[in-house]
Amino acid sequence: MYAYDELDRTIINERVEEFRDQVKRRLSGELTEDEFKMLRLQNGVYLQLHAYMFRVAIPYGTLSSKQLRALAHVGRKYDRGYGHFTTRQNIQFNWIKLAELPDALADLAEVGIHAMQTSGNNTRNVTSDQWAGVAPGEVEDPRIWSELLRQYTTLHPEFSFLPRKFKFAITASDHDRAAIKVHDIGLRLYKNAAGETGFEVLVGGGLGRTPFIGKTIKPFVHGHDLLSYVEAILRVYNQYGRRDNIYKARIKILVHELGIEKFAKEVEEEWLQMRDSALAIDDSVIEDIRSRFTYPAYQKLPHMPDELKKAAHDPHFEAWRKNSTFPHKAPGYAIVVLSLKPVGGPPGDATADQMDAIADLADKYSFGEIRVGHEQNLALPHVARRDLPALWKALDKIGVATPNVNLVSDIIACPGLDYCSLANARSIPIAQELTQRFANHETANMIGRLHINISGCINACGHHHVGHIGILGVEKNGEEFYQITIGGRADEKAEVGTLIGPAVPYGEVADVIEDIVEAYLALRARPDELFVDSVKRLGVEPFKERVYATR
Amino acid sequence: MTSPLEQKKIRITGPSMVTANRTWDGVVIYRTARNDWSADLSDAAIVRTSDEARALLTESVADDVGAIGAYIAPVEVRDGGAIKGGNLREHIRSEGVTIELPVSA
Repeated sequence: MYAYDELDRTIINERVEEFRDQVKRRLSGELTEDEFKMLRLQNGVYLQLHAYMFRVAIPYGTLSSKQLRALAHVGRKYDRGYGHFTTRQNIQFNWIKLAELPDALADLAEVGIHAMQTSGNNTRNVTSDQWAGVAPGEVEDPRIWSELLRQYTTLHPEFSFLPRKFKFAITASDHDRAAIKVHDIGLRLYKNAAGETGFEVLVGGGLGRTPFIGKTIKPFVHGHDLLSYVEAILRVYNQYGRRDNIYKARIKILVHELGIEKFAKEVEEEWLQMRDSALAIDDSVIEDIRSRFTYPAYQKLPHMPDELKKAAHDPHFEAWRKNSTFPHKAPGYAIVVLSLKPVGGPPGDATADQMDAIADLADKYSFGEIRVGHEQNLALPHVARRDLPALWKALDKIGVATPNVNLVSDIIACPGLDYCSLANARSIPIAQELTQRFANHETANMIGRLHINISGCINACGHHHVGHIGILGVEKNGEEFYQITIGGRADEKAEVGTLIGPAVPYGEVADVIEDIVEAYLALRARPDELFVDSVKRLGVEPFKERVYATR
Repeated sequence: MTSPLEQKKIRITGPSMVTANRTWDGVVIYRTARNDWSADLSDAAIVRTSDEARALLTESVADDVGAIGAYIAPVEVRDGGAIKGGNLREHIRSEGVTIELPVSA
């Protein structure tokens, strides 16, 4: 966990009082909605179909148990008893009253949580690998650098009014769990031949209306130069990014239109002017941030304790252990993923009671720490393997032990037309139907790793472009239709999926997905060839034929 | 179901209403014939021509303190006069989400 200092606390508290005054002036009529809109957005407040929606940042996906309890409290006191974990390590509350928002923010500020820059044309919540600091083989904890960027970008005056929103993601592992290639700036931390810490910098990735995979703009930027290099990119974007057309305002469009070489040249020229400025990062700055992260005092524990051997006789426990627990850097410990994808449930939702219970379990079994992943699941990052049987029973009791992590029913979905004012079609009922179709664990295991992503509109909050199977809701003559793409992926081999054919109506989506999965099972070269690898090998044609032959 | 936030031209092809969200709490509201707002769709003023719609919207937008994001939306007037949302978006706004909420109200 990172411990905020007095400056952080002051900024957050002052921001609450500033927003309290803005809300008061809005409700009195002193501020018009036109004047207020940008202010509320910069504090994470949207207007959705039924109510205001309040988006709270969870920087680099790390939460303390105390913070999770505060989120539960907000859900219970100011909302309808639940929250929705998003695809960018945020949480959203769907039924917040504007008049009560300052009080909710004040309650969150007490535990160091805020909603600054979770919306608006500025730098958004910096995301990272949800297993940062505990994943085996990681170069170093990427949250040190995420935190540096968080401090640098928070309320940065030059970058508070960019042409459009701007998102960072950082990973420090070979396997990219942070989806860095579909971010405005993606950073891959590694050590060069001299053993120096630095970053491969990618730029211009993104989804939405015009998806692009990020391009490497510089293969290695030394850690000392990270802020100056990032600032150079932001400056070039701020200067040349389009402000005349919201659909062409993201940096991905600028990079695409200029070409990566020309864009890189502009950045390099800008960078050379400021590289040795105050933005050069001294080791002491990094060490100061590092010192504010606390790490558990792991014990020396056996890899296969008696408790685990005994529990292995229970097939339900074993199914969960094999699916939802992952190797940890410390011997005798495991990373435990808590599925927020129960059969028939809305993906990513957690009730206030569940959040409180998870906070208690984090205290008991995970040194009080919880992680949030962009896949809309939670994780307990430091669980002793001897505690897995007891933890499983407790998680199962509160409904977050469905053994479907990374399987076909571990669906990523945006809120869709049930909540969102931008959506054209519903997402959640499609996800619910699919989880019911694929509820059988043996079948799902036999299918293997398969990511389904659903978006209710082209803004792509459900990241449908990079789903192994992507489902995009569109509107045709007032009816909900869905375009299906296959072959997308968000990891280190990121690709945008390929459309398989005409959109299908709401009532046929689950049948179509079943057809695609059946085609895969018939076509895969061997049982361990993943769906996405089969699509890569075969192309979309065999799947297209299967889906449209009888339609 | 083009987003009403992108609504630019006022051209209606059937019975319509003006809807918005209440400023202080965001609740869905409807412009009534009494020049105020109601959270009950059955109270909505129904307009049937583009000129009527434009006039109702102009009057609604003027209340910047009480309501936010006013726009014209289709309604379905059933036999007997019952009013329902004229598309899925408005149906969801008036009737609520089409899924079971994680916590019962």
